[in-house]
Amino acid sequence: MRTAVILGMGGLGCPAALALAEEMPGVRLLLVDHDRVERSNLARQILFTETDVGQPKAEVAARRLSRLVPGARAEALVHHFGASSASELLAGCDVLLDGTDSFETRFVANDAACAARIPLIHGAVLGWGGQLLAVLPGQGSCLRCLFEGPPPPGALPTCAEAGVASPLCGVVGAAMASEAARVLRGERPHAIARLHQWDALRETERDVPVPRDPRCPACALAPEAALRHP
Amino acid sequence: MPVIVKIPAPLRPLTQGQSEVSVENAATVQAAVEDLSRRYPGLRERLLDDKGALRRYVNIFRNDEDIRHGKSLQTALAEGDKLTIVPAIAGG
Ligand SMILES: [Zn+2]
Repeated sequence: MRTAVILGMGGLGCPAALALAEEMPGVRLLLVDHDRVERSNLARQILFTETDVGQPKAEVAARRLSRLVPGARAEALVHHFGASSASELLAGCDVLLDGTDSFETRFVANDAACAARIPLIHGAVLGWGGQLLAVLPGQGSCLRCLFEGPPPPGALPTCAEAGVASPLCGVVGAAMASEAARVLRGERPHAIARLHQWDALRETERDVPVPRDPRCPACALAPEAALRHP
Repeated sequence: MPVIVKIPAPLRPLTQGQSEVSVENAATVQAAVEDLSRRYPGLRERLLDDKGALRRYVNIFRNDEDIRHGKSLQTALAEGDKLTIVPAIAGG
C-alpha cells in the first residue's frame, strides 16, 4: 500500500487531501498537524465546520475524509513536524505534500525529503500569490536551489497576518494533489525544476525555471540517479 | 527599450499595486534594484540584506536565468531583458 504524507491540514492540506483521496482512494493518507481548528480557518480550510472549532485539525480532517470519500484511508497524526522526527515520519512515505504555514518547516521538509530521497510536492500561498514546486531528489532541483534558506522569524508575513485568497487555496491544493497522484502513478510531475506561480488577482500563471544549484547542500544528500521513486 | 521588472504579488503594496515596472539605463541587476529602491521606498529592504546582498529567501531571474547561479547582482542587463522577482512564501 502506498502512503502520501500531508504536512499541514490548513488552507492547502484540506483541499489537497480531499482531491488526492478522490483521485486515489486506495492510497493511505497520513495527515500531520499539531494545531486545532479555529473559527478564522473555516473560510479556506474546507474540511472543517463550526462544530469542529477547538478540535485537532488532523483528527477532524481524517474523520471527515472517511465520510466524504468511500474507501478513503486517512489517518491522523497530531504532531509538530520537525527535524528530530522527520526521518521516522517519512519511513514508508511514497510522496510528501507540504502545505504548512512556516518557512522553517518547509526547509526541514525539503531537506528531509532530499535526505530520504522521497518526492516532495511543495505548495505555498500568500495573499493573491501561490507557488508550486515538485522536488524529485536526484533529479531536477529543490527548494534550497531556489532560496538559500528561511527568513528570520517575523521578517515576512504569514497567511494569518497577510491573509490569503480562499479560492486560491483550492486551486493550489488541488494542483498539489494532481502532482502527488502523478508521482504515485509513476509519472513525471509537471513542476520539476520549475516553480509554477499563480497570481489570483490577475488570473495569470507563470513558470520560472529552477535549475539545480551545484552548491545546494540538500541536493548534495541525493546524488543524481540515486532516486527512490515508485 | 527599457528593462521590465515583474513584481510579485507580496511586493505590490510597495509599487502602488503595479505588477510590472520598467527601469531605464540599468547596466546591471544591482543598478536596476537601486533605481527601483529610490522610486519605491521599502523595496530595497525586502530584496537586499544589511550588506547589500540579495536576501537568502528572495530570488531574481534575468529572463530565464537564476542570477544566484551566476554573477548575482552584478549580472549584466541588456535592452529588453525581463527581470522577475520571486520571493519565498510559506502560507498554507
Ligand atoms: Zn537543491
